[in-house]
Amino acid sequence: MRFKKKEHPLIAIDLTPMIDVTFQLIAFFMFIMNFSQIERAEEIKLPTSEIAIPPEEVPTYQIILNLNEDGSVLHDGVRIEKVELMTSMLRRETGQAAQRKVSNPADISVIVRADQNVATGTVQEMIAKCQDAKLEKFSLRVKERK
Amino acid sequence: MRFRNRRKADNTAADMTPMIDVVFQLLAFFVMTFKITALEADFNVKMPLSSSAVSPIDEVLPTIIQVNLRAGTERNISGIDVDTGSASQTFTGETMFQQLTTFVESTLAEEGDPSTSGGVEVEFSIDPELRYVWTVQAMESVSGKKLPDGKVQRLVEKIKFRNPGQ
Repeated sequence: MRFKKKEHPLIAIDLTPMIDVTFQLIAFFMFIMNFSQIERAEEIKLPTSEIAIPPEEVPTYQIILNLNEDGSVLHDGVRIEKVELMTSMLRRETGQAAQRKVSNPADISVIVRADQNVATGTVQEMIAKCQDAKLEKFSLRVKERK
Repeated sequence: MRFRNRRKADNTAADMTPMIDVVFQLLAFFVMTFKITALEADFNVKMPLSSSAVSPIDEVLPTIIQVNLRAGTERNISGIDVDTGSASQTFTGETMFQQLTTFVESTLAEEGDPSTSGGVEVEFSIDPELRYVWTVQAMESVSGKKLPDGKVQRLVEKIKFRNPGQ
């Protein structure tokens, strides 16, 4: 019995969807990385809690203050050696908030990301400095514990 | 003038291999450096300035539980003192945070309906040397507790810090 030889056509795979997805993934990771570098100081070990409330919505204007174990403050990628030296940074932030139509400093949310081993007195000093800049709304950030 | 027939334009298929190589390298880099971080949550503290704290005379004043956190060896917590004006207690030992939660629960039960009474507030006065982790644990103890079925029972929502200078 004789079989006919089948001719295989040349298959050209369309790579476009794969490249699309890959670029989307790259864009996603770059986006995530930028945020984590600016807003979170990874060396800070946050205390944990079972019952703290996850933030439901991003406030109109927020100031994220990372307080290290050594008492230095990290804000927006800039390290401030001591809590006492925060005044000019806070003035600049309240000025920027006013430009974004948050003219009342009491409406600005201050997110305190303090290390679990820092002295509570330093956290209180930081809050007092913010109060000097007429800030009133504070959120003490913790890690969720299941 | 006659031009020679130009060569037929070839069907140019761009070689995608180097681009895909680079893209996969980038992807591998970002995936490897990506850190999965745990979700974060907040304890909200309202710290109004003293000038804005003036309240109308006819307003029902809230019951304030003064909670004093004391620091001991290695800046760990050594004891908790509570005072509502009418009752005061001191908690020590391993169960001090559970005792604090129980005290807050009983104060809330005595206070009754928060719509008719002034509600309950907690004001913390903390040893400045105390590790922040203990402060957060004390805040957790007064703001709620996890029930056996996994639900959270909320207790006090108004939490204040007394300024160290006061």
